[in-house]
Amino acid sequence: MDVAFIIETIVKIVVILSVFSALAGFGTYFERKVLAFMQRRLGPTHVGPYGLLQVAADGIKLITKEDIIPQNVVKPIFKIAPVITASTAFMAAAAIPFWPEFTVFGYTVHPIVADVNVGILYVLAVMAIGLYGPLLGGMASANKWSLLSAARGAAVFISYEVITGLSLLAPLMMVGSLSLIDINNYQKGGFFDWLAWSQPVAFILFWIAAFAETGRTPFHLVANDHEIVDGFGTEYSGMRWGLFFIGEYANMFFISFVMAIIFLGGYGDGSIAGAFQLLMKVAFFFFFFLWTRAAWPDVRPDQLMWLCWKVLMPIAILNVIVTGVVILIKTQGGM
Amino acid sequence: MFEAIAFYLFAALTIGMFTITVMTSQALYALTAMASGMIFISAFFFMLGADFLGVVQIIVYTGAVMALYAFGMMFFDTTRTLVEKQNNPRIIFVLGVMAATLIVFILVSPIISTNLEARYPIEAAVGNSQAIGLVLFTKFLVPFELAAVMLLVAMIAGIVLAGKKMDKSLTLMAEEEIALMSATQAPKDTEEEGAH
Repeated sequence: MDVAFIIETIVKIVVILSVFSALAGFGTYFERKVLAFMQRRLGPTHVGPYGLLQVAADGIKLITKEDIIPQNVVKPIFKIAPVITASTAFMAAAAIPFWPEFTVFGYTVHPIVADVNVGILYVLAVMAIGLYGPLLGGMASANKWSLLSAARGAAVFISYEVITGLSLLAPLMMVGSLSLIDINNYQKGGFFDWLAWSQPVAFILFWIAAFAETGRTPFHLVANDHEIVDGFGTEYSGMRWGLFFIGEYANMFFISFVMAIIFLGGYGDGSIAGAFQLLMKVAFFFFFFLWTRAAWPDVRPDQLMWLCWKVLMPIAILNVIVTGVVILIKTQGGM
Repeated sequence: MFEAIAFYLFAALTIGMFTITVMTSQALYALTAMASGMIFISAFFFMLGADFLGVVQIIVYTGAVMALYAFGMMFFDTTRTLVEKQNNPRIIFVLGVMAATLIVFILVSPIISTNLEARYPIEAAVGNSQAIGLVLFTKFLVPFELAAVMLLVAMIAGIVLAGKKMDKSLTLMAEEEIALMSATQAPKDTEEEGAH
């Protein structure tokens, strides 16, 4: 392990951390603007040009606000819960290739922190730990609504984890590798090689499950808006609440990257055009999250469970079986 | 050097976490410490080069401990400390010490007699998940299938136990229907069903 490697890794970590914390902040700005546009409002306009500095204003507000720890909460757990959400979101990013490798001054940079050969599993596993944040926050809060929200969080987590795993299984069987770089290279051929065309069912299922994993609107039960409280965040204030927010938005960006790489060809052949296409795909998925929030109401908890166990899971298992049979027939025919 | 630092760091963290799990009388502390301990264990798999097992450790135990949290929520007020009723602490102590000594003896004896060697060492040419698949489906097929059958049995039993009234949805029923249902069933079972 030489010094250059260590320095390179630290630089990558710092870059990813700073870029995505900033993007998480601007995510809130995009969300307000897009929602405002769809609801025929203006959204933030006053602070800075086009309201762009609203992000800074919000940041200052969050950081300078008093950090209130209510009386009956379980203090250490209450304090650490937001940190879990935010830090696991960024830890998951370690195995995501954000950009094809490129050469600067004769030095080849791989824009991935750790190329573990089980990349996609690692990303999903660490993202899943992030759901402990809402769960612990809700349970430690000594508040009925927070507890309700934590219970829903656990239910959503245990159910939709199944969908994510099963829907991914089929494309992974085709690729034969768990590394996100290998998955990307499998679709190198361009538009018609995308896994979304050969695995449309898995694509849709994973996309639906992504909404549950990030707790976005049709499945926004973790923060029960319809009870006019913020669910697990009810008792939080200031930057601790802000950390939940950063975690949620960073997760949205990272799951968008994962979806773009697995199903929509990622950065393709690794050219500059391919790299920008990846960013466009990520932007589309992020926009879709916001679009859905503007267009759809929340579903009821029982509908969510019904959808998961009675609709999505059978479809996912059928998809895996059909894919397996087709792959078997193909390889047998080829022999 | 990094490996040694990481090993001692995670060893201390794991032991500390599981000590909290055993010692505390607060359900939320115990559950959280156990979840983090389980996740810290995955670090050892990563250090040994078994990436797949490390990730599986995280996935399986986050989900499993999450289910424990659900039980904790159902049975306790997790923000209070729990007073355990122990009739005979001496028996617990003796049994605990015996079990712990036995486990240490079982685990340490192959190391002391230097019989410990990797029977299926990691091969660089074969990927991590492929290697596990090969070993599972050739050398350990019977235990693997047995485990699968046992899990299936547990799952079917769980469905049978939980699925008695799955055709009725309390959310979709009118208040009178729920009252009627709980009135007719109240003498039979004392569970708090449909009680709002």
